[in-house]
Amino acid sequence: MPIDVYLNVTVAGILTGLVYGLMALGLSVIFGVVRVVNFAHGEMMSIAMYLTVLLFSSLNLDPLVMLVPIAAVLFVFGYALQAGLINPFINRPEHSQFLLLVALALIIVNMLLIIFGPDARTVQTSYAFDSFQVGALIVDATKLYAGAAAIVVATLLFVFFRFAPLGKAIRACADNYTGALVVGLDVKRLYALTFGIGAACVGAAGVMMTLIVDVTPIIGPTYTLLAFVIVITGGLGSMAGALLGGLLIGVTEALAGLLFTPSAKSMFAFAILVLVLLFRPQGILGRRSI
Amino acid sequence: MPRRIHLSRRHLLASAVAGATSLAAPGIVRAQGAGGRPPLKVGVLLPRSGFEASIGQDCQRGVDIAPGILKSLNLPELAVMNADTESNVDVARERAEKLVNDGAQLLVGAFDSGQTTAIAQVAEQKGIPLVINIAAAPDITEQGYKFVFRNFLTAQMILSSAFENQLELFNVIGAAPKSVVYMHVNDTFGTAMSKGISAVMPKFNMPYKIVDEIAYDPTARDLSVEVAKAKGANADALLVVSRLNDAMLITRELVKQRWTPQAILSMGPGWYEEQYLKTLGKLSNGPISLVPFQDPNKKLTKVLEAALAKAYPGVNLSTNHVYTFEALLVAADAYKRAGTSDPKALADAIRTTNITDNVSIGPGIQFNAKGQNDKLKCGTIQNRGGKLVTLAPKDAANAKPEWPMAPYQNRA
Repeated sequence: MPIDVYLNVTVAGILTGLVYGLMALGLSVIFGVVRVVNFAHGEMMSIAMYLTVLLFSSLNLDPLVMLVPIAAVLFVFGYALQAGLINPFINRPEHSQFLLLVALALIIVNMLLIIFGPDARTVQTSYAFDSFQVGALIVDATKLYAGAAAIVVATLLFVFFRFAPLGKAIRACADNYTGALVVGLDVKRLYALTFGIGAACVGAAGVMMTLIVDVTPIIGPTYTLLAFVIVITGGLGSMAGALLGGLLIGVTEALAGLLFTPSAKSMFAFAILVLVLLFRPQGILGRRSI
Repeated sequence: MPRRIHLSRRHLLASAVAGATSLAAPGIVRAQGAGGRPPLKVGVLLPRSGFEASIGQDCQRGVDIAPGILKSLNLPELAVMNADTESNVDVARERAEKLVNDGAQLLVGAFDSGQTTAIAQVAEQKGIPLVINIAAAPDITEQGYKFVFRNFLTAQMILSSAFENQLELFNVIGAAPKSVVYMHVNDTFGTAMSKGISAVMPKFNMPYKIVDEIAYDPTARDLSVEVAKAKGANADALLVVSRLNDAMLITRELVKQRWTPQAILSMGPGWYEEQYLKTLGKLSNGPISLVPFQDPNKKLTKVLEAALAKAYPGVNLSTNHVYTFEALLVAADAYKRAGTSDPKALADAIRTTNITDNVSIGPGIQFNAKGQNDKLKCGTIQNRGGKLVTLAPKDAANAKPEWPMAPYQNRA
């Protein structure tokens, strides 16, 4: 097999992995602060994907232009969800939280089925068939845009949590819940903000994913599972770990498809998960206490 | 003073019987067909949703145009009971059972081999005839079933006919690929075709060799790796067994990865489907499908074409409509000859079917002892400007092949 094939496939895997990473980043942010595992994560992404398709088909709005507005819609959705539905469950047993979010996931899937029907939908942008060629390297334009957008969004998120006062307050809640209460932080509002930020991340990932894959109502559970594999591999609660996990899974799937049989490429992602659980249960960049 | 009503047990029973009779009577009257015979209740199972939805809905067009044509052929009326398999084997089985429980007297379906296998088991258990419209896995008619009939080619028949047609095609154009890479869906149909290729291809002394075989998930949403691998094999042509969504994904990736093979030779659905042509526009031109198809020169084909054009303007007549219509034709013909909706009598009548005025390529519709129409042949079809032309067999051809494919990058 020519070397350029490996190069092309690896680059495609990296770009897809970046979008995977952004999607998982939302899950990791939510868990890292609120300590609630969002079992409706992929389903929330499918909402963003359908919004993208809807706006493209009805108003011909380019997905890249709609990235920020749709992320904002998902932020509001996430905020309202945490403030109205999940906050009362924060101190309840984990199985109650699990059932609540699984129920939410089922409701989202079925609502999408009722509204949009079961068939796959896609956006046919003017650049849908474009690619860039640099020597032997051919890069899919849509994947490149999606990957670049993922890097921008992730960077903004890192900057927000590192330097913004609100970001620092959220990190304080994550580090020490009781301490945050003692110093007078409005923890429930910060939790809602965090859930909103996580939802906005998955919303942005959903918009970009629409450029790469077709959307169906049942796509959600697949991506929920994928997000779990990524964050557990990278380290649950670690933002850098989520991005690293996304890249690792994206590249592994791509290369496994090339080197072994493509129909079994998902198997290799799970194989990595098993290895991580065996040898580094906290994940590659996770803290042992988690 | 109000009059007391004496209601004895006998009065109550008589009233109930009279009431039930009067309620049922209009239904029975309504159900009478034009010839005084009630319509045969035919359960039509198709993947109307899920990843095969587009093809299932295309098959449905064959159902929709059938009543008028069957009437013009002086065949009895059919009462169609639609069911959706949701592109899922378990759902297909469950829906087949429900149709039978709801009174279906004959089943038709279900496009997909896996789903059809499940439905065939139900049909055999319940003793209800199943006329398969489309499904190629050979095993379905190798089980010794008494109620299962298939007017469609098995995987091996498709392959034998497809290889014959390829040789005819290469002969006409005076050229042939030296190597192909073989991509196929990893489902019941794709696997059956793969097994068949190993068994059948050596008999035909083909001018090319298969340099790589790439199997992929039928529900895959991204086939970039698969196409990169195929491109890396550096073969002259692409040999494919696919469905619709994956055919479109492969085409998109071929364009993005800037690879136009000499030819795309398809031995399955997808590449000639209406949605493929409409969605991809100029990028849909060129692929050659070696598949069960209609004979454009047959009289009934022209009738079917006219009916489809009237009901669905702009839709090309193709495999899905033809074989779904023919399954209903078999059902109506058998019902007429059996004179009853008794399942066993219907199955016996289907077994002795001899329809020569039909649509598909081949001498007509007859079933062997296994319930298989073993006389069917494939056609060789090429996409040209949103239309389908027939290149082979010679008797059914209406165009010359365009070879090699025009590069994707040169198509505006």
